Amino acid sequence: MSNDVLLQLTGVVKEFTVKVGSGFKRRKRSLQAVAGVDLSLRRGETLGLVGESGCGKSTLARCVMRLFAVDSGRVVFDGDDLTHASNAVLKPYRRRMQMVFQDPYGSLNPRRRVGSIIGDPFRIQGVGSAADRQAKVQELMQLVGLNPEHYNRFPGEFSGGQRQRIGIARAIALRPELIVCDEPVSALDVSIQAQVLNLLADLQKELGLTYLFISHDLSVVRHVSDRVAVMYLGTIVEIAPSEAIYERTRHPYTSALLSAVPRFEADAGTARVESVLSGDPPSPLDPPSGCRFHPRCPRAQDRCRHEVPVLRVGNADDPEHLTACHFPLVDGDAS
Amino acid sequence: MKQTTEIRGRGPWQLAYERLRRDRAAIGSAITILIAVLVALSAPLLAQITGHPPTMQFGHTGLGPTGIPVGPGAEFWLGTDGLGRDVLVRIAYGTRVSLLVGVVASGLAVLIGAVVGIAAGWFGGIVDTILSRLMDVVLSLPFLVLALALAALVGPGLGISIFLIAFFSWATVGRVVRAEAKSIREREYVQAARALGAGNAHIMFVEMLPMVGATVIVYATLLIPASIGFEATLSFLGLGVPPPTPSWGNMLADAMAYYKVAWWLLLFPGAALLGVTYAFNVLGDSVRDALDPKHDQTIKPGGQS
Repeated sequence: MSNDVLLQLTGVVKEFTVKVGSGFKRRKRSLQAVAGVDLSLRRGETLGLVGESGCGKSTLARCVMRLFAVDSGRVVFDGDDLTHASNAVLKPYRRRMQMVFQDPYGSLNPRRRVGSIIGDPFRIQGVGSAADRQAKVQELMQLVGLNPEHYNRFPGEFSGGQRQRIGIARAIALRPELIVCDEPVSALDVSIQAQVLNLLADLQKELGLTYLFISHDLSVVRHVSDRVAVMYLGTIVEIAPSEAIYERTRHPYTSALLSAVPRFEADAGTARVESVLSGDPPSPLDPPSGCRFHPRCPRAQDRCRHEVPVLRVGNADDPEHLTACHFPLVDGDAS
Repeated sequence: MKQTTEIRGRGPWQLAYERLRRDRAAIGSAITILIAVLVALSAPLLAQITGHPPTMQFGHTGLGPTGIPVGPGAEFWLGTDGLGRDVLVRIAYGTRVSLLVGVVASGLAVLIGAVVGIAAGWFGGIVDTILSRLMDVVLSLPFLVLALALAALVGPGLGISIFLIAFFSWATVGRVVRAEAKSIREREYVQAARALGAGNAHIMFVEMLPMVGATVIVYATLLIPASIGFEATLSFLGLGVPPPTPSWGNMLADAMAYYKVAWWLLLFPGAALLGVTYAFNVLGDSVRDALDPKHDQTIKPGGQS
């Protein structure tokens, strides 16, 4: 894997204004969905991003794609700062970064034919002539394992897995470098998930893609990722090479997430210490002081309530493994 | 493989068309409208056959000895009016006016309403605020009072009637389309289009317009009878199509002086107006049902579909 950084996020913050209360007590408050995220993606790797529902994963994905304006921080793509780029400036970059969406039903316009949907990238970016497009569309359909004869059909005539293939075909049409996959398989049956994941892996090999792979499913992320970042309430709490995060977990939250994964091997010698989380994640409207995880953390101490932990290397032997915790687990502590 | 290609994909429009074809009320109203169109087209032919141009007055044959209109008979099939003109031929010419005003005015209204609604829903913010308030203002204007004032100012005519009707109808469509557009803009396929670098025009007309298409078509079919009614109202008040050009509205107005002795002056134009507007309304309802995916009549358990 090269060290060529394709995407660099620095202190990215995204706030939404929400209305709370009712009647005369109604007022506007800002909600930090993404609260200062640093992340870098190297060319050719797959970075898994995991976290509970509502932790800001999808918002972060949309900030990367610049579908949202970023409130603070920087988004740098291949050396070019796109943080405040206008739509016109972004347009050529749209060829180089694409997105696969979560909902295979919502991400395809039900009133348009599949051939026309997959042809959109060419039409919008003005690539190729109208005559070439159909051939290109059919070639793409073949590539993602769809019958090219079906280009004239509507999305409603395909299954969930096939629709996700259509979404993938649209995303890879212009041979992008980066693909943001926002929970691409979570809406699919388990048997179909594997097929789509294999397709993504094959395409990565064939086209040299870089993936930002978002999921709440740890086993899926483990299967596909080179590195994994764990997100909690808008911040990254731990980031490490895939095998390290599962084998040498350092953040108590990651440990809790892992212990929540149902496992079939009941006699798996080293049974993980149960540290199941209690309660719901706190509201991002009113995030806890200090470490955002402290109200739910079994290891929380006074310091955690006051001081925000920064993401840093915990062990000099393991420079790739970063944790944002004052009292990280030491190897063998929890596993 | 052979079999999969033989199962023809049916799009949403095709399904709607097939549902419509099975709807007897829709077929009946479509036939009524078709007859009205044929009558409108063949109006000059009708004048030729009867030998009665629509504005010609037949003082000797068309009026009784005391100057009273002649009833339906061999010479005048639907009778004559107070000036001795052929009611049948005038109704046929009036059909032209009614259909023209109905289709053009509601077409204009739907076009403006769809564009304004999509723009308000897609752009949001200040554009939405301005367009929404504009629609509120138009909807709160009293139609007849303003129509009377404007028509008096400009003078009655076909063009001004169409303009007035379209002006007072588009906001209803605009509001509904805006609400739909607002929900469509949050869908993932709009995000996908933005991620591809699509501009406003692509999103508004390629992604959003087909989605509001069903609403727009239903409103168009329901606005046609309303527009025909509006036109009749304006003409009845002498502000629509100016005499001697026949329209259903001014024929009904003329009938007011004679209806006690000449029932046919009220009955036939009234029946034409009622029949055509009713047919459009029924068709509009059927189109709405046909375009509603939850209202599926083509898939019946046990039925042949």
